[in-house]
Amino acid sequence: MHDGDTVEQAVRQVLTSINGDLSPKETLLLGELQGLAEEITRARQEMAALKVVDINTSHIPVATDELDAVVAHTARATDEILDACEGLERLAPALPAASATAIIGATTRIFEACSFQDITGQRIGKVVTALKSIEDRLRLVEERFGPFPSSATEPARTDVPEGRALANGPQLPATAASQADIDSLLASFD
Amino acid sequence: MDKNMNILIVDDYKTMLRIIRNLLKQLDFDNVEEASDGSEALAKLRAGNFGLVISDWNMEPMTGLELLKEVRADQRLKNLPFIMITAESKTENVVAAKQAGVSNYIVKPFNAETLREKIEKVLVHA
Repeated sequence: MHDGDTVEQAVRQVLTSINGDLSPKETLLLGELQGLAEEITRARQEMAALKVVDINTSHIPVATDELDAVVAHTARATDEILDACEGLERLAPALPAASATAIIGATTRIFEACSFQDITGQRIGKVVTALKSIEDRLRLVEERFGPFPSSATEPARTDVPEGRALANGPQLPATAASQADIDSLLASFD
Repeated sequence: MDKNMNILIVDDYKTMLRIIRNLLKQLDFDNVEEASDGSEALAKLRAGNFGLVISDWNMEPMTGLELLKEVRADQRLKNLPFIMITAESKTENVVAAKQAGVSNYIVKPFNAETLREKIEKVLVHA
């Protein structure tokens, strides 16, 4: 039996057991209990309408799989690009000096640009972690079919290495420090 | 600067290791070894003879910061130049790395020129 049913039943039992007139205080209390029961019933209906089961068994797993696929595809594409660059570099010694320099300059820029794969991979990893957290919380809703139980709160983090506790990157462009900011911060220690 | 020194690069993204290795090659550093996390790196550092470590921060099971602390706590490795290359750009990260004894810190994405500049700076002071 769910919480809303329990409260409704309790109110009914109280009402049927009462003989004589209710005091204003008792009337107020019973009215509040009745309101609470209705609120709980409404919340349960709203949660049912959310189709929590669909979200947990279909939407979130599909979304995380898609994101994993994005990471895998970009990794493969990046490896292909790097293969091609390394092939060009091997040709450089056989070329006239100016051409070889141009080739090396171009491949350097490509190598630099390819680091996008690492950054996007980490960002997508953060999104997947967030989705899995939502999935866990929705599972609790599904089990209890009622208000969030207190166990839905994050477990206390103990014995977490400092490096793990501070590992929250990559930062979003709006809040990320530039290399100049980092240099300046490091210099402040000297 | 000894371009023949052994350099250990540490990152859990194989692609990133490949990119750093290629950039180092273009800077004429050819003796490059790789590790995919702090634990593997520490084992390689203790077994080998390296002149520089270039490490990512966010790796499992041992992060770059824990690797740095282990390196600085090791009698034989404590003076080894250590550059962190990471997307972790918050002030608290840089401060924690500095307090742990990092030699320099490069924020991703980075370019070859920044890598060259930081390596030169670190090796001059080594």
